[in-house]
Amino acid sequence: MTRPAWAPQDVDIDRPSAARVYDYYLGGSHNFAVDREMARQAIADWPDLPRVLQANRAFMRRAVRYCAAQGIDQFLDVGSGIPTVGNVHEVARAALPGARVVYVDIDPVAVAHSCALLADDGHTGVVHADFLDVEAVLGDPVTRTVLDLDRPVALLVVALLHFVGDERRPADALARYRDALAPGSHLVLSHASADIMPPERADDHVALYKRTATPMSMRPHDEVVGFFDGFSLVDPGVVGIPFWQPDGTLPDGAERNPGYAGVGRRD
Amino acid sequence: MTEPAASGTPWSPGREESRPDHRTATEAADAAAVDALARAWAAEVEGTSYVPMGSDELVDYLTEISADLVAALRARPLDPTVGHEAGRRLVAAHFTGPSTVERTLHLLSTRLPELLGDEVRDDVLALAGALAAGYATTLRDRTLDEQEAIRRAVIVARHQTEQALHASEARFRAMFYEAAIGIGLGDLQGRIVEVNPTLTQMFGYTAQEMRRRTVGELAHPDDLPSVWVHYERLLAGDLDNFRVEKRFYRKDGEEIICNLTLSLVRDEHGRPAYQVAMLEDVTERHMLQSHLEYQAYHDTLTTLPNRALFSDRIDRIFAGTPAGSSRRVGICFLDLDGFKAINDSLGHEVGDLMLQAVATRLADQATDGELVARMGGDEFVVLVENSRGVAQLEALAERILDALSAPLVLAGQELTVSASIGVVERPVVGADTTDLMRAADITLYSAKADGRGRWALHDPGRDEAEVTRFALSAAMPAAIEHDEFFALYQPLVSMGDHRMRGVEALVRWHHPKLGVLGPARFIGLAEETGAIVALGHWVLVRACRDARRWYDAFGHEAPFVSVNVAPRQLHEPSLLHDVETVLAETGLPAHLLQIELTERALTTDEGAPLKALDGLRALGVRIAIDDFGTGYSNLSYLRKLPVDVIKLDGSFGEGLRDAAVANPVDERIVGTLVDLGHALGMTVCAEGVETAAQATRLRMLGCDEGQGWHFAAALPSEDVLELLADVDGPPWPGPRDDTSATNGAGVTTRTRDRDTSRT
Repeated sequence: MTRPAWAPQDVDIDRPSAARVYDYYLGGSHNFAVDREMARQAIADWPDLPRVLQANRAFMRRAVRYCAAQGIDQFLDVGSGIPTVGNVHEVARAALPGARVVYVDIDPVAVAHSCALLADDGHTGVVHADFLDVEAVLGDPVTRTVLDLDRPVALLVVALLHFVGDERRPADALARYRDALAPGSHLVLSHASADIMPPERADDHVALYKRTATPMSMRPHDEVVGFFDGFSLVDPGVVGIPFWQPDGTLPDGAERNPGYAGVGRRD
Repeated sequence: MTEPAASGTPWSPGREESRPDHRTATEAADAAAVDALARAWAAEVEGTSYVPMGSDELVDYLTEISADLVAALRARPLDPTVGHEAGRRLVAAHFTGPSTVERTLHLLSTRLPELLGDEVRDDVLALAGALAAGYATTLRDRTLDEQEAIRRAVIVARHQTEQALHASEARFRAMFYEAAIGIGLGDLQGRIVEVNPTLTQMFGYTAQEMRRRTVGELAHPDDLPSVWVHYERLLAGDLDNFRVEKRFYRKDGEEIICNLTLSLVRDEHGRPAYQVAMLEDVTERHMLQSHLEYQAYHDTLTTLPNRALFSDRIDRIFAGTPAGSSRRVGICFLDLDGFKAINDSLGHEVGDLMLQAVATRLADQATDGELVARMGGDEFVVLVENSRGVAQLEALAERILDALSAPLVLAGQELTVSASIGVVERPVVGADTTDLMRAADITLYSAKADGRGRWALHDPGRDEAEVTRFALSAAMPAAIEHDEFFALYQPLVSMGDHRMRGVEALVRWHHPKLGVLGPARFIGLAEETGAIVALGHWVLVRACRDARRWYDAFGHEAPFVSVNVAPRQLHEPSLLHDVETVLAETGLPAHLLQIELTERALTTDEGAPLKALDGLRALGVRIAIDDFGTGYSNLSYLRKLPVDVIKLDGSFGEGLRDAAVANPVDERIVGTLVDLGHALGMTVCAEGVETAAQATRLRMLGCDEGQGWHFAAALPSEDVLELLADVDGPPWPGPRDDTSATNGAGVTTRTRDRDTSRT
């Protein structure tokens, strides 16, 4: 018998989890053998992968700093995963000590881990919800307590939407977030793309992620730009991840990074 | 989360002390070495691990560590904890990638001797070893911490999930066990796996007994084949669910009716796994509905179908028969003869018993699927939905009359019942329900008019006349209320002196469309429909009021008023009381009221009517027999009747009309009747006196009173007043004129019509 839709999902650590694999790529140990096995296989196929993901994490850091510099002190990080290092609240508070952050993830282990780490922090909160369930995310009491949605918020959708297929209409969800957020809010988004990747590598990688609960969908540049519908892109627009407002020298192989990143402002 | 990365304070206390006071050449060279080392180091390790720093921040961070390392190499003896601390700080900054430490050790062991001189080589190696140890220790601790953290997170997540699952399962179980509908789970082989208490209650089996049964055993003979076709399709995965109303047998054999929803449950691969049945017991609702339907469509007294069911059925015949069909339909519309009299005289209980007995006999005749319905009152109908022809309906009508002819024993008494039947048989196409029912109604009336206990076949040619009759009878009750009737008075004259003794009240109908109608047009109808009772009462009141006016004006000179009472009125138990009331209300002395009854009303019934007559006479009201000689004329019976006046029918005087020759037989008969009446102490009145010769002869034969247009036609009430007031006496011929008058010269100009008919 299949579990009814209203029953909670089981915690299955026999399957790799995108959140824990990501932690491994970043050098963390919040992962299990299945996660590491999958990550090692991915790295074997694609040695650049840890750099790609480090670059993504670095983009998030730069984008959060950028938003903080715009005076935004509220952050909604959807698909936050396992908070490993250089988390949003750390980065934001380096610039604005009173910054408030809500982390949202669908992975119950990621949520439990975040809760344990942030238990004593009154200015952060953790919500267990699906990115697509906009009402659940924005309506959660934690979100309502930590954030003031009448003021601008930076919505972080970093390295998330490539885990959401078109059939689940991610653009519609983004539009609902956009409509719910106050003017002046920002969208911070990065996304994997196969635009500059050899097709076989893209296929292998997508196939690999079929092991997880979150299969991958690479998207081309114009579709990633499309996610910013209703937002004004800030410079330099939607670009290769390392090229978004780099701070210092570009890392080696920056031009080989197969992902796009951008920040948009809701006017 | 890890601690903030770039928070290092200058580590070495020795460096703090020496730096401000003694800036030596060595120290300047060391600062350059630190700077060179940090930059080379940053270039070497950047990208080997994810560190949340920009390039400049990274150089700054490594510069601090480099300074500590250089300072340690300058100090004697070498403090290995500086190396440990450097390794710890690398891990703290999240330099956790394996190549970071590899590159770091290589860099330090080659670059530091280059920068600080070959003499530090051994110390560099020792320091690098300490760094490696510090790095490994810290990373091991960090790894173990993170592993512990993530495992704890898994435990917490599992616990929370289990709790949520437990809560949802508890809800689910509660729903299953507490549900008001029956729920059953079956496998693909049709075995019943699990049932909830409601289902066991519905079926009367225990859960264990239910689980020993199969879905197939729940079949019912009334199941539509499609139910089991759907079932097979569902198990095959072609259908996800279906809903059907289905009957089941309980364990005790009782039948229940359920709304069944059967759903297929698939496994995670989409393959059929289980079937779930949800059953709602609608038996009671069904029973109630059928009961209500039965009530709506059946007559409670006789249990026969009622008018509503009949109407539905016949409407369906007309609506459902296509043009061009040769289908024929027939009905027998039946009404009991004299039922009202039975009800009135024997009571409603006997009446009800009679209706039930008649209903049973009628139903027994419906041997060919005919519909027998009670239309209301004592009206019944037998419907032949597919008639084979007129003969079938005629035979049916005969059979019905025959079936009713045997006496009924009701409440200990033997009663005879008869009915009149209107038979209509015609093609369905070209007619409608209204046509058919109107034809049946008309035909029933004509059957009644022909006499009791008969059937009549509808004759389309008679329709026009009948329709008017029908319309008139239908309009009559309203006409009485709207005062469309009025009374005229025909004088009753003393044969001796031709003075007016009384008047007979005669009713007319001023019909709004047809004009003034005489009694011949409507009295018969009124008797058939029963409207005669209301009409008769109206006439009685009107006549008594007018008579009271005459009495007020002329006292003892005032004429009495003679009012006709129909047989049906005589059967009204309230007749005596009604007359009493009217006399009291109008103040008319009882001796000025005469009640006229037909001979038939007196001779065909016994009991109650005679009592009423006695009562009337006791009041002082006189009783007259109208149209005497036209009925049974049972002369011996006459003796017993409480009668004061006999009115000889006009037909007896016909032979006496001619001035020259009188019919001797008629003369003898009239003479005998007059003698008989007188012998019984009655007054004899001759109706239909039209000529002076007649008047003379009737006077000679001993008639006491006369009535007819020789004297006067029916007059309005005011004319009666005028007539009374006329000092010259009545305007009609006196007795002395009669002998000479052989023409109509004496006929009053005020005569409006010839009025010899009764009423």
